[in-house]
Amino acid sequence: MAYEIVIGLEIHVELNTRSKMFCGCPVTFGEVPNTAVCPVCLGHPGVLPVVNAQAVEAAALIGLSLNCAIAPNNEFARKNYFYPDMPKDYQISQFDLPIAIGGYLDVGDRGQTRRIGITRVHMEEDTGKLIHKGATGRIHGADRSVVDFNRAGVPLMEIVSEPDMRTATEARAFLVKLRSILLALGVSNCNMEEGSLRCDANVSLREFGDTELGVKTEVKNMNSFKALQRALEYEVERQTSLLTHGERVIQETRHWDDAGGATTSMRSKEEAHDYRYFPDPDLVAIVMDPAEVERLRAGLPELPDARAERLGREFGLSDDDAKILALNKPLGDFLEETVAGGAAAGKAANWLLHELAAELNRTDTEIEDAAFTPRHLIDLLQLIDAGTISGKMAKEIFKTSFATGRLPAAIVKETGNVQITDTDALGKIVDEVLAANPQAIEDLKNGQERAIGFLVGQIMRLTQGKASPDAVNKLIRAKLR
Amino acid sequence: MTVISKKDVEHVALLARLALTDEEKETFTGQLAQILEHAGKIQALDTTAVPPTSHVASLTNVLRPDEIRPCLTSEEALSNAPKQEDGGFAVPKIV
Ligand SMILES: [Zn+2]
Repeated sequence: MAYEIVIGLEIHVELNTRSKMFCGCPVTFGEVPNTAVCPVCLGHPGVLPVVNAQAVEAAALIGLSLNCAIAPNNEFARKNYFYPDMPKDYQISQFDLPIAIGGYLDVGDRGQTRRIGITRVHMEEDTGKLIHKGATGRIHGADRSVVDFNRAGVPLMEIVSEPDMRTATEARAFLVKLRSILLALGVSNCNMEEGSLRCDANVSLREFGDTELGVKTEVKNMNSFKALQRALEYEVERQTSLLTHGERVIQETRHWDDAGGATTSMRSKEEAHDYRYFPDPDLVAIVMDPAEVERLRAGLPELPDARAERLGREFGLSDDDAKILALNKPLGDFLEETVAGGAAAGKAANWLLHELAAELNRTDTEIEDAAFTPRHLIDLLQLIDAGTISGKMAKEIFKTSFATGRLPAAIVKETGNVQITDTDALGKIVDEVLAANPQAIEDLKNGQERAIGFLVGQIMRLTQGKASPDAVNKLIRAKLR
Repeated sequence: MTVISKKDVEHVALLARLALTDEEKETFTGQLAQILEHAGKIQALDTTAVPPTSHVASLTNVLRPDEIRPCLTSEEALSNAPKQEDGGFAVPKIV
């Protein structure tokens, strides 16, 4: 029996503000443990948290970009639980009065987009980091743990979707789109491996036509887009198998093990969450001035959908290419900078999406960290346009330039590896090849156009690929006329 | 009417990580019931026209600019820790 898949996502994103949510400690990553802490984020008695204005603005921007209504009045609440990652034994979060509610995000290709509801966006603080000590380095089997509170109190935004996604692929597309929006807003680094973007998923199945939701499991620990998709596919299959065998799905939290390719049940004894939320008496309400909200809305940057549309229109790119470039902000920025420097958009996009993307992928490099910059691509395209190098030579020069950061023109100058366009120099080689291949000339005269390809190939071989194929073609035809 | 049972007290004690004796459970069941009954009197009032009050202070938007302020050193931060290890707060095993 086929079941309908129901997926909802909960995304946590750490803001890249300078300071923490409720104190002036810096937001850092990879610092010496417990050096970005103060009495507030260590939960010392008698301290008072004060809200970071920038974090409120970022939360409102996220809400607006996801088509949410910004709550005129929002409040902080205490989420109570005992766990050593929070020194206060509660996390400051938002409960019944979050900053943004009721939005949506359109996911999918043009013409067949699906609208995924956004339930809410709320502000909270991140927790500290636990390092488990013992034989295994994992929580089970550890005999003690060590806490680093540098991340405790970092502004954390929780974005909750409606259970509107129907496939693992769609959930992945949602997360890709959401990340591209957050990057366009510039509010977070959105690094999934470092944990500044984290995603949990609620997964359930039901019979088609059912309006009630089935029993769900919550899947955690998916640290990449690929992991999200694999974990969801696994979980859907696991639940399908249970249901088809007449068994029941148990409501529980499951942990995705990326190496093992499976989800496993997390201990369910402490599952019954009872966080006893109540308004935080240390923090007063935040009242959003409608005029201020409108100012923020007007100042929203160009978001991926709009950018894809513009890239397609201004640069004449295909829908697919425009979408890839719009969803990947650094790639889109690279293209725009290259075009602004005088390069033809279509050619630049082609290089970006093929050669450069492949090299970035092969060397596992982020485009921002690459030694090959828009200036390098402009230079390379100019060499091709001027006929100094052939497309084939350009690929070799590109690889050297990518690896060394040297400008293509400098590489060409040093190696002297330029395309031979000089008719006199080429003429001799063409004569040689024609003299050695009378059969091909005969074939060509008889209308077998393929023969010219063979002749050009011979000349390219003799010149180690440096001859301009265009010039060679013209020369052969002129000589045989 | 019993507003709170011994079972409720046990649940709340568990959440608060309090180990109560049977005697204490009895005592607190009575005391909590009294407190809730007292608070229950407020529920008799008609509050339909009163907005929910989470704070008595009539303040809103107490915000600070996004600026970095001095932190503690790791020695200062850990100075009250019962146990420390590798520059962190060492805690007993969790599960
Ligand atoms: Zn702090």
